Amino acid sequence: MTKQDHLMNMNLPAVILIVFCLSTGAIAQQIGNPATQQGVLPPRGTYVIRNARIVTVSGADIENGSVVVRDGKIEAVGASVSAPSGAQQIDGRGLSVYPGMIDAGTSMGLVEVPQGANGTVDTSEVGDFNPNAKATVALNPYSAHIAVTRVDGITNVLSLPTGGLISGQAAFINLLGTTPREMSVVPTTALVINYPRIGGGGGGGFGGFQQQQGNLAETLAANERQVDQIRKMLRDAESYGRAQDAYAKDSSLPRPDLNLVLEAMVPYVRGERPVIFRADREAEIRGVIKFAEEMKLKPIILGGNDAWKVASLLKEKNVPVIVTGVLELPGREDDFYDTLYEQPSKLQQAGVRFCISTGDAGAETRNLPYNAGMASAFGLSKADALKAVTLYAAQILNVADKLGSIEVGKMANLVVTDGDILEPRTHIRYLFIDGRQVPLTSRHTELNDAFKNRK
Amino acid sequence: MTKFIPGYFLIAAAICGVLVTAPLAPAQNPSETLIRNATVLTVTRGTLQNTDVLIRAGKIAGVGKNLSVSPNARIIDGTGKYVMPGIVDCHSHSMLDTINEGTLAVTSMVRTSDVLNVNDVDLYRELAGGVTTLNLLHGSANPIGGLNTVVKIKYGRPAEEFIFPGAMPGIKFALGENVKRSSTPNQPGITRRYPNTRMGVEETIRDAFTRARDYKKTWDEYRAAVAKGQKNLLPPRRDLQLEPLVEILEGKRYVHAHCYIASEILMLINLADEFGFKIKTFQHVLEGYKVAKEIAAHGAGASTFADSWAYKIEAYDAIAYNTAIMTRAGIVVSVNSDSDERARRLNIDAAKAMHFGDLTEEQALKLITLNPAIQLGIQDRVGSIEVGKDADIAIWNGHPFSVYSRVDTTMIDGDIFFDRQQDISRRADLAKERATLEQAEANKAPAQGQSPQAPRRRPRAHEDDDVWEGERP
Repeated sequence: MTKQDHLMNMNLPAVILIVFCLSTGAIAQQIGNPATQQGVLPPRGTYVIRNARIVTVSGADIENGSVVVRDGKIEAVGASVSAPSGAQQIDGRGLSVYPGMIDAGTSMGLVEVPQGANGTVDTSEVGDFNPNAKATVALNPYSAHIAVTRVDGITNVLSLPTGGLISGQAAFINLLGTTPREMSVVPTTALVINYPRIGGGGGGGFGGFQQQQGNLAETLAANERQVDQIRKMLRDAESYGRAQDAYAKDSSLPRPDLNLVLEAMVPYVRGERPVIFRADREAEIRGVIKFAEEMKLKPIILGGNDAWKVASLLKEKNVPVIVTGVLELPGREDDFYDTLYEQPSKLQQAGVRFCISTGDAGAETRNLPYNAGMASAFGLSKADALKAVTLYAAQILNVADKLGSIEVGKMANLVVTDGDILEPRTHIRYLFIDGRQVPLTSRHTELNDAFKNRK
Repeated sequence: MTKFIPGYFLIAAAICGVLVTAPLAPAQNPSETLIRNATVLTVTRGTLQNTDVLIRAGKIAGVGKNLSVSPNARIIDGTGKYVMPGIVDCHSHSMLDTINEGTLAVTSMVRTSDVLNVNDVDLYRELAGGVTTLNLLHGSANPIGGLNTVVKIKYGRPAEEFIFPGAMPGIKFALGENVKRSSTPNQPGITRRYPNTRMGVEETIRDAFTRARDYKKTWDEYRAAVAKGQKNLLPPRRDLQLEPLVEILEGKRYVHAHCYIASEILMLINLADEFGFKIKTFQHVLEGYKVAKEIAAHGAGASTFADSWAYKIEAYDAIAYNTAIMTRAGIVVSVNSDSDERARRLNIDAAKAMHFGDLTEEQALKLITLNPAIQLGIQDRVGSIEVGKDADIAIWNGHPFSVYSRVDTTMIDGDIFFDRQQDISRRADLAKERATLEQAEANKAPAQGQSPQAPRRRPRAHEDDDVWEGERP
């Protein structure tokens, strides 16, 4: 029986088939959510969730309260609120309402199957400098990863391109929508730069064991050349922006040619939007901070496994960190077993702004709550662990006016649970994104339904 | 983010790695230990509140209230803590210096027991996640791979003390994309290794067992002739490739078969039925939920991931409900790691079966304790807290299915191999020792033009896999 036959047996409605022809022969494989692919969004309804525990995140929990949702927004929240007439009532007794979780370090929608299906991989452009590659252009709204992730309470992600030195621009999205535009919250959120790795270093770890000095000097020089290339591009973009502005004011000036690559970087070199630097090791993180200061950028560190070693500098320069390594093995043999488990706690104590991400391309993004929970098992307070996957992420990505907590006027991205949202034994009962009630179905629930009763 | 471990920091790293995780001296491990007033997750007899666990001479000697103990015993206050059996990981490549002998399609003559690296620091990190037993498997490069080794993580002890006494011998089989070497590009002038399709995989295994059956017959006939008193017979030549397959046919060696999709699972069941042997476990078995009744009818176990999916085509139909569906079909199911990283949090992976498939707490606990023990033939020794079983125990500061919990102490045969307080209390001394080492002449930066002598650390298990197939075995 082929996979196709299995899915045909599921009596599914019209399915979209994408057929991959692999070099060794044709293997038919369905990609996406056959049944949950919806061409029409669920409507923005008016809802009141009553008698629930409201975990606002920004303020105190409301032990027995209500949340009103209308026109995609949170209209009211409190111990006693008046619901609009005609609102759909949701009985929240024994349940908790949380803001949707946010993962600020994924490539959601840009890759479906990373291995053996190159046709589904759109994360990494050719060449080192692609600031005009925009994730929002290539996002696949029908990726199965999206529904699989959202039914576990993650309503928003940042989807990042990954290639070269300047990877492109990341998109901050709702995990709901039939087009990239419908999904977009901020279509071009940040420029993504892979800060050059220092070939011979160890994050400054072991002073005594330097590489052969000649080689080390060479390595550092090669590294500096790459940083120089990035510097030059950013400076060009600055000049380009100035020339365009000057021409806009005075059309008697020679008209500067449009240059899409430089154009893409203008808002970033002007500090209007943040630049996300992937950097894990101490020397690289220090390099980013210095470089960003020199170029007057608004940097965010992505990864940051050694950030705890640079905590005071990160605090001083107010550079936030998207921590993706909580569940990675420590990088060095002599690291303590809990070095990365307890890093968020150390950053919190040092006053560094941070959030927690899976750093996963898509499939395992649903494990976000367990990343935060592990940080909490190793020192981070439960409240901060929750913030690390909600409000802190929203703040770092400059979307805290819209998301990250349950407050009047924010977008109604809400998760109703039967327990602590970070706990694996908890179940999600209701899900709202953009004020729309989203069915708790995914490719996985569909396959479960299709096979669980096979006798 | 991706990891990068430079090769040249590693003399000191290796030294410190050992120091960081130096095991407790035997003198500190008395023969009697009492864990007092804990919540005990027995696995087989429910959850016991305010209960003592008595350990004597490496075995669990008592489980009950107000147990008495000799005056020299070590007392551990279990108030507010949870005691559970040490976790058994039924699919690991930890401490293996190499994983895949991938040059041939049938490598039943190679043994993982020959490449054990007792200094692998990831072993200590797994102990810190409450894991005590590992099924060390050969990789998935070939339809019939090498022999496994079941170990207790006796970190700090010699290799021979790691070997789990009495564990059933086993072997790795593999089906599907890794065996077909789907990710290895065709190269001009280089002939691909057979097999290249799931048809060829079946044929390879069929051929091997056909040869093994003949080989067994040759030996059986020889032994019968000797038994009849015939003299001066030459014994058949031993065949180290076929001997393990004969053991499989005789029920003396367990088959652990890496697989993904439904069709290949059915293929191996049919083949095994035809030759009259059993598959002990299907490993990964991510589409097991599609053929659960056939797996159950064969009597095979299933050792799967909690929720991994979509990392390659054959994992695209994987669902996190797999564990629950297979359990309800009557299959003995375990949740494994196949990763030094994931092994550290199998407790959470087991709890996911309650999240996705609504298994009971007891069913979920069994996924990482008794069930994998059954799959390795060690269920009389480990996998539950019962009198007479080995004292392989983890003490948690909260319920192990809570994401906010962590391990305080891990014991094997009653000896402590991980203790969080000890670990923390040694950190200051280690920092001093490290500073001293950094100043040592041998560790100074070498002169210009000379390369430092530094041993290369073995790549991590999953990195070895990357070299082979770009993904997990």
